[in-house]
Amino acid sequence: MSTPPGVPTGLPAAPELTEPVPEWHRLNVRMLLVRPLNEGIALLVPIAVLLFTGNGEPWRLGASGMTVALILAVSYFAWRTTKYRITDEKVELHTGLLTRKQLAVPRDRIRTVDLTSKPGHRIFGLSAVRIGTGQQHTEGTDGLTLDAVSSEEAARLRQLLLRKVVAPQATGEPGATVEQPSQVISQLDLKWLRFAPLSLSGLVAIGAVFGVLSNYADDLGLHPVQDLWEWVFSHPSVTFIGGAVIALAVLSLVLSVPLYVLQFWNYRLTREPNGTLHVQRGLLTTRSVTVEEQRLRGVDIQEPLLVRAGRGAKTVAVTTGLGTKGESNLLLPPAPLSVAHQVARDVLKVEDDPTTRKLRRHPFAALRRSLVRHVLPWAVITAGLAVWAPSWAWPIPAVIIPFAALVGWDNYRSLGNALDESYLVTRNNSLVRSTVALQRTGIIGWRIRRSFFQRRSGLMTIGATTAAGAGVYHVTDVGEADGLALADAAVPGLLRPFLVETSTVEGQAERNV
Amino acid sequence: MQAAAFWLVLFVPQLVVFLLVSSPPTWELALLVATLVVGVVHTAVEPSWRYRVHRWETTPDAVYTLSGWLNQEWRVAPVSRIQTIDTKRGPFQQLLGLATVTVTTASAAGPVEIEGLDHEVAQQLVVELTNTTQATPGDAT
Repeated sequence: MSTPPGVPTGLPAAPELTEPVPEWHRLNVRMLLVRPLNEGIALLVPIAVLLFTGNGEPWRLGASGMTVALILAVSYFAWRTTKYRITDEKVELHTGLLTRKQLAVPRDRIRTVDLTSKPGHRIFGLSAVRIGTGQQHTEGTDGLTLDAVSSEEAARLRQLLLRKVVAPQATGEPGATVEQPSQVISQLDLKWLRFAPLSLSGLVAIGAVFGVLSNYADDLGLHPVQDLWEWVFSHPSVTFIGGAVIALAVLSLVLSVPLYVLQFWNYRLTREPNGTLHVQRGLLTTRSVTVEEQRLRGVDIQEPLLVRAGRGAKTVAVTTGLGTKGESNLLLPPAPLSVAHQVARDVLKVEDDPTTRKLRRHPFAALRRSLVRHVLPWAVITAGLAVWAPSWAWPIPAVIIPFAALVGWDNYRSLGNALDESYLVTRNNSLVRSTVALQRTGIIGWRIRRSFFQRRSGLMTIGATTAAGAGVYHVTDVGEADGLALADAAVPGLLRPFLVETSTVEGQAERNV
Repeated sequence: MQAAAFWLVLFVPQLVVFLLVSSPPTWELALLVATLVVGVVHTAVEPSWRYRVHRWETTPDAVYTLSGWLNQEWRVAPVSRIQTIDTKRGPFQQLLGLATVTVTTASAAGPVEIEGLDHEVAQQLVVELTNTTQATPGDAT
């Protein structure tokens, strides 16, 4: 064993280590090809443009060649300077050429393992491994990512990294646990495709493609968007605009089905014998997310407006250690509501899905607030346009007002809360209605908010803070007495001293208790 | 309630400097006057309102704050879930001998901030909270 780098050579030789230190691994060599491929695709169009727009002047060739060489060099150094190892206690990653970064994650803090393979990775049989800890990720920090190792190595890491965590429980039957087959909770049913057009993903895709295209067009000195706007303004025509809207709608419907297939092909949710939940999905880019079951703090049943109209929903995990990036916390793609409830039930290992509890309605004042909040902005815009804009402008927001009122009304109808032995259930929002069941033991604090108008109408918004998921889940516009009683009952003892205390000293603040 | 409860809240006035270049148009003058009036009223009302509202308290089990003026918010964090305790002093706070104590839990949304404490009280509080937190087992997630 050689002396580790960094040890001054002047010192007497240190005694040989008796325990072999696990050796450093490099990322897979094939990454040398994959990274240029993944990143190169994005640059393909500009390079092509660069090459073919001119008359083959030498500088164009040179610039293209340089770009390609640069990409290759960057990916080579990225590979050269990155190494990782897994010791008994921690996972270490050293990376970076100019800025050296050294990351170490204690193994008993690993909560999730997320394997992603983009098409480029797939061709060469590779996967990127992202290791999530209990920490909540802020923008830009991405936890510990190994991009990329071979798929076999990735699968091995997934087993290895999460087995350690549950080892204390599994000591009774060492080795035997691994043999148990994993239990399938849910898998893709082609009938679910009918929810694809309702999820608006087609529209999002069109937007994305449009954005990319207009970007390239800008590079070429064209301004199609601007030209289009000018043309529309100079020839205002109802048929043209109506036609465009319909075309857009049809296109998004058509696109949404393949998109659903792309994202959720091969979807399978399984419970692994080592106490983890495992979600895999994807046609070209495959995702495989493993969540430690102990860390699951609840589920969130999300029903976007149109999907809800089709009696569908998706299920999202409320857990620590998963970013929301790329929907890695998704447990079930848009599917029938009954399936969503069944998944929630199986995942939480309960008899009866807590999100199906009968929810208590919120006071009538909440309806007024909801209506005002949805209608007022449009009313203000209408009034503003009526005064300052050309006369054709103001009817547009005016038409929206009734819809806004409907959304406000529906928003109020969505509001609700419930409490059972182990879960706090709260429902919010209209456009993406979300019913969250949060484990009462997962609540690590309260944020109780009363705006000026809420105080006047005796309402409050109670936020249960938690280490998992979004960090805070709200019970919106609940009556003061009900809300405090709910919070007190959900986590006994936490709020109690302050309620008693404040009711005697502060009086005015919590008069309802 | 056997725990010692501290009652001291101060708020550092948010002094906003309104500077506008004076040039002829009358609407600009009107705007200047309007901002001046609003600014004066705001500085006169907001800190004292906040001072009246702000409360904080610690028990061996939990940290509690009430803050805000138009929008008021209570925050409660149990001591067993505390991750870090920070003290922060801005230039104004140093001038006035004040400090802000921030108590962070594992939730990204859950920091409890106690603004404008007497510096000494803040230090005492930090020591106290650190001790009780250390005595509490678990990884607080």
